[in-house]
Amino acid sequence: MQSELSVNGVPVKVEATPDTPLLWVLRDHLGLTGTKFGCGMGLCGACNVHVAGQPVRTCVTPLSAAIGKPITTVEGVGRDRVGRAVQEAWLALGVAQCGYCQAGQIMSAVALLRASPHPTDQDVDSAMAGNICRCGTYPRIRAAIHRAAEQLRSAP
Amino acid sequence: MSTHDPSGAGGLTRRAILKSAAALGGLALCVRESGGVVLASQTQLYGAAADPGGVVDNPLVFVSIHPDDTVLVTVHRPEMGQGIRTSLALVVADELEADWPRVRVTQAPADEARYGSQDTDGSRSMRHFFQPMRRVGAAARMMLEAAAAARWGVPASEVVAERQRVLHRGTDRRLSYGELAGEAMHQPIPEPRQLRLKDPAQFRYIGKSSTRSVDGGDIVAGRAAYGIDTRLDGMLYAVVARPAVLGGKLVHYDAQAALAVPGVVRVVEIPSHPLPAQYFPLGGVAVLAGNTWAAIKGREALKVQWDEGPNRSYDSRQFETVLQNAVRQPAKVVRNQGDAVAALQKGGKRLEAEYYLPFLAHASMEPPAATARILDGRCEVWAPVQAPQATRDLVTSLLGMKESDVTVNVTLLGGAFGRKSLPDFAGEAALLSKAMQGRPVKVMWTREDDIRHDYYQAVSLQRLEAVLGPDGMPLAWLHRSAAPTENATFEAGAEGEDQTEYGMGMINIPLRIPNVRLEIPPVPAYTRIGWFRSVYNIAHGFAIQSFLDELAHAAGRDPRDYQLELIGPPRRLDPRSLSDEWNYGESPVLYPLDTGRLRAVIERATSEAGWGRSMPKGQGLGLAATYSFMSYAAAVIEVRVGSGGEIVIPRVDLAFDCGAQVNPDRIRAQLEGACIMGLTVAMHGEITFKDGRVQQSNFNDFPVLRMPEAPREIRLHLQPASFEVPPGGVGEPGLPPIAPALCNAIFAATGRRLRRLPIGNPLSNRQSKASPT
Ligand code: FES
Ligand code: FES
Repeated sequence: MQSELSVNGVPVKVEATPDTPLLWVLRDHLGLTGTKFGCGMGLCGACNVHVAGQPVRTCVTPLSAAIGKPITTVEGVGRDRVGRAVQEAWLALGVAQCGYCQAGQIMSAVALLRASPHPTDQDVDSAMAGNICRCGTYPRIRAAIHRAAEQLRSAP
Repeated sequence: MSTHDPSGAGGLTRRAILKSAAALGGLALCVRESGGVVLASQTQLYGAAADPGGVVDNPLVFVSIHPDDTVLVTVHRPEMGQGIRTSLALVVADELEADWPRVRVTQAPADEARYGSQDTDGSRSMRHFFQPMRRVGAAARMMLEAAAAARWGVPASEVVAERQRVLHRGTDRRLSYGELAGEAMHQPIPEPRQLRLKDPAQFRYIGKSSTRSVDGGDIVAGRAAYGIDTRLDGMLYAVVARPAVLGGKLVHYDAQAALAVPGVVRVVEIPSHPLPAQYFPLGGVAVLAGNTWAAIKGREALKVQWDEGPNRSYDSRQFETVLQNAVRQPAKVVRNQGDAVAALQKGGKRLEAEYYLPFLAHASMEPPAATARILDGRCEVWAPVQAPQATRDLVTSLLGMKESDVTVNVTLLGGAFGRKSLPDFAGEAALLSKAMQGRPVKVMWTREDDIRHDYYQAVSLQRLEAVLGPDGMPLAWLHRSAAPTENATFEAGAEGEDQTEYGMGMINIPLRIPNVRLEIPPVPAYTRIGWFRSVYNIAHGFAIQSFLDELAHAAGRDPRDYQLELIGPPRRLDPRSLSDEWNYGESPVLYPLDTGRLRAVIERATSEAGWGRSMPKGQGLGLAATYSFMSYAAAVIEVRVGSGGEIVIPRVDLAFDCGAQVNPDRIRAQLEGACIMGLTVAMHGEITFKDGRVQQSNFNDFPVLRMPEAPREIRLHLQPASFEVPPGGVGEPGLPPIAPALCNAIFAATGRRLRRLPIGNPLSNRQSKASPT
């Protein structure tokens, strides 16, 4: 079955059954491998993207639920200033270790900063609790979120 | 420029090694095979030289400079988050006088004959390759200088390389590296004794944290390519149904419903390998499809019947009784000083305790995945593997090919922690490509596959007994460590820890106790045992550092002062004097156990943490210190325990001494990571077996630490670095002190002694059952 999607501002056609999780559509059908598989059960956040601006776990989101809505993946997240600020803070603080979870972390962090430009530590805890990093980069993720928030406030 | 070579193959080192070999009471005969050449040496080999792959420091293998001035450094060690692609490259770049922004890194494929040891475990990459990579950079720099001198017809002593150019001192002429590269390649490679290494005072990048990760930009933009990300034309995606019980065999399968799933292309049997499992594929039935989801759905539709084999009744709960019986009777003695048994019977204040560590899964965020293709009789593999050469050997033997016809490309590893040292999953990809007439096949492991078919951290029970003298100090120390050995994965019937396993933090306790007896009971394995970050140091460190805390409290002493008094004054102990003949494969002369450094990290961590400050009820500080992988670590953890047992960790102070520090920012990152992972070991995640099968499946029942539980503050205190001290390990040694420091803190906060991991958060009630006292 053919469906039309809009990914990172680009309209694309995919041939997949409507129950196929968006994760595999992005990775296997469209070759956007920046979005990662970590658990397949909505437990780890490695597969996070934005659908219509909201963070979504693509491993438990069927393709059918994303049709007609704009999708942003890590490959496209740097196209706006919040995404760029987050990426820059991540680099400045050397957040990544293996880096595998970081696409999902970045997508969650961008969503957080869009919703609350002045996040408290509690905000960070609740926004990021769904993202596992087995390498243990949590302290730097927290610091990078605060840094990006500051950057965004000082250079609006 | 002076020559400075504290740990490489310089004159001092060779003398030191000869001396230590002589001290062994004769010369050991050591034969190794390296790239097809058999070398016989009459001296004991240490470090990388003792690894099958050995050391290669040929600059032509590792450096190429392009006419546009780009410097390409080949990194031969896999990148799994430790930052080695950046760190080894910056060592080469520094000695080469390369400009970091022009340095590019390329990952070496599996080829130990060409690159030297690529086996990336044991926290060895920098320990073993700091000096060789310095030599690579220095040799390349000298070849560029020689090429410029030849071009200008001036003596080499008149030219100097600086920031990617060679200058002629007298005339101010200059040539860029790019202009000289072609000629430099043909200059003779300097002999080791001619090499001029930099004086550490002149380092630009080494020890500076000024170099950003070479992969950071790709990672934040989603461009970094891991094993799971390989894509080839015509590639199929495979998901495999494997026997749930180790040693199980396929009896029968019905593929009809699987083949009816849209997108499924073929169902293929993978033969099983007789036990021991080694690193061979487990066997089973593979579903191959046009995308991962179809393969997953296809596997769900498979009907498979197994013969579950000899391990079908293994039950890890019952196995605890086996471990208890094992530690409650005398066993093989591996270190004996004085007469601990008699001293324990003599009376005095006597303590005994047993500490339990469950099986652990690695659960790297990237599950195992590998891709293979066979074309014109040659196989090419893309895989996230810590042991590239072992992967190549496995594929070579599974396919019956010549080694030269097998290429293993090493992708980025999305975490590994020891799991990806064992390349069974890459073997699956190769077999499936062969079954599909060479078509590219990517094998995908789901999280459930990963949790249920890991090479687990060994379960263990540690029993400690001590008797205290009138001054409260121990007169006798008895430690029995019961755990299956990793050797059982390779050798049928292997039982109990071997020298390299009890060598991790058990045998070499540097405590001044007159009577010491350490024993290793034989314990069988019923599953695949592997290496998990810091390995047996976790169980030993947990038990020993908890027990010392118990002794201090029993003696009415401060745990810090008590431990320092037991360690005694600073001295450099020959590990062999502690019955440690292994010493992580390192020279006992270059790497003695330095009690001064151990004391120093304890003093640093405690003073930074404000040890001794008074705290309200329900809050406490706990200390633990361990020496592992040639590095010293001490942690003080501050804990707050709620009335319902909820654990909050406001702060961790971790003092660390790894000798020479090449990339301090990555050292800090590794310590932060080790701290978080150590807290997961302490609080969460336990693998159990029933009816031979793993009972956990995903992050719901094998939880790991998440952001809200992470300490708000991890304060790292790196001991002042000296390049006089050879580098110790970094990736692993931060982990062992974490669980005991937390449990000691909880004791300080609540009076509750925890001897069984994981402790849960909130604290679980399972503690008392495992504890005899
Ligand atoms: S892969 Fe989607 S939440 Fe883990
Ligand atoms: S950086 Fe490795 S899992 Fe997060």
